[in-house]
Amino acid sequence: MTSEHSDAALPGEYSHLPLRDLADLSGLSEAEVLELVEYGALAPEHQAAGQWAFSVRSITIARTARRLREDFELEVHGVALLLAYLDRIHDLEAQLCALRAQLPRSA
Amino acid sequence: MKFKDYYATLGVARDASPEDIKKAYRKLARKYHPDVSKEKDANERFKDTAEAYATLKDPDKRTAYDQLGSQRPGEEFRPGPEWSTQFGESASTFDDMDLADLFANLAGRSQRGGAPRAMRGRDYELRVPISLEDSFKGSEIELDLSTTELDDHGSPHRVPRTIRARIPKGAAEGETLRLTGQGGKGRHGGRDGDVYLHIVLRAHPRYRASGRDLYLELPLTPWEAALGAEVQTPTLAGPVNLKVPAGTRAGQQLRLAQRGLPNRNGTAGDQYATIQIVMPPELSERERELVKELAAASTFNPRPNFE
Repeated sequence: MTSEHSDAALPGEYSHLPLRDLADLSGLSEAEVLELVEYGALAPEHQAAGQWAFSVRSITIARTARRLREDFELEVHGVALLLAYLDRIHDLEAQLCALRAQLPRSA
Repeated sequence: MKFKDYYATLGVARDASPEDIKKAYRKLARKYHPDVSKEKDANERFKDTAEAYATLKDPDKRTAYDQLGSQRPGEEFRPGPEWSTQFGESASTFDDMDLADLFANLAGRSQRGGAPRAMRGRDYELRVPISLEDSFKGSEIELDLSTTELDDHGSPHRVPRTIRARIPKGAAEGETLRLTGQGGKGRHGGRDGDVYLHIVLRAHPRYRASGRDLYLELPLTPWEAALGAEVQTPTLAGPVNLKVPAGTRAGQQLRLAQRGLPNRNGTAGDQYATIQIVMPPELSERERELVKELAAASTFNPRPNFE
């Protein structure tokens, strides 16, 4: 039984990822990432020299997409629909949290 | 190796059809999938369900599993020698193995012949609850990640491992941080997996967070609200003097600029003090007299819209 310690610093600056890296990190194929972009579930940050660049936040979305596709055996279109709902739920939860933060505790 | 009853996990009979197994899995996935479930132990339950399904949906793996025979769940066992011969697993490593590892490994062996494919190491996703103070100052946490790695013979074994990670200043609710290459080891030239940390802010006894803004209740006496006051107000960086203007109303929010959670670009959210006007639980004789005097002298009507 060995135990290894490693210090891990977190990236302070958010960099951008090319399509290939996003596919690799999420476990989706490049074609699936492109399909998700087509359905509006993923949006590239910018395009430089014909290359798409995705924000690091896209990794979380793409990984959720991979999980949903695999665990529910869904097609990409169904995954995109679920992602849209999850996004709406997160938005609503954030709004609820913002409202709750302003409510007096004793009320 | 501890035995797990995959059929019981999915709630199906041992002779269930592939369709029944799929249906049972889908029902449980709908109930326990962490992305859609509100159940408390969803994560753990789903992991078990997915593990059972991964083996039972694959006809080859299901045959191999069935030939292990039926044991009591949790019972220590090791596959017999015929099993090892038939499925090509070396018996020397069974003790520190997990049933899931055994069958995951089986998949690699079924694609016999040719060079081994490069495989990425496993990724980890963890929820990391931190306090507002941790987010304000930055913090360091220890993560216990025991990984399954393959030795030279391709047999999996558990490697206990601790990772120390620095949570940067200003880590906010819902943010995901990535520790590159700190996950499971890649195989055959594949790259190492990553660790993803999902930040969750713990509830604070004093402040409530909304994004990077903080909200705090500021109780005032009626006369402080009427006359104005300077009130020592806590912030995450220490107390500051807040000037409350005369005529402050209940529910009003006074802003302490840049006293919220820090942003990565050097700015910070704001802190808001929500005014509450509090009556003393009991009035002294003198207080009562003065309030009576005020009542007699005042012509203020707080309910003009009632008329």
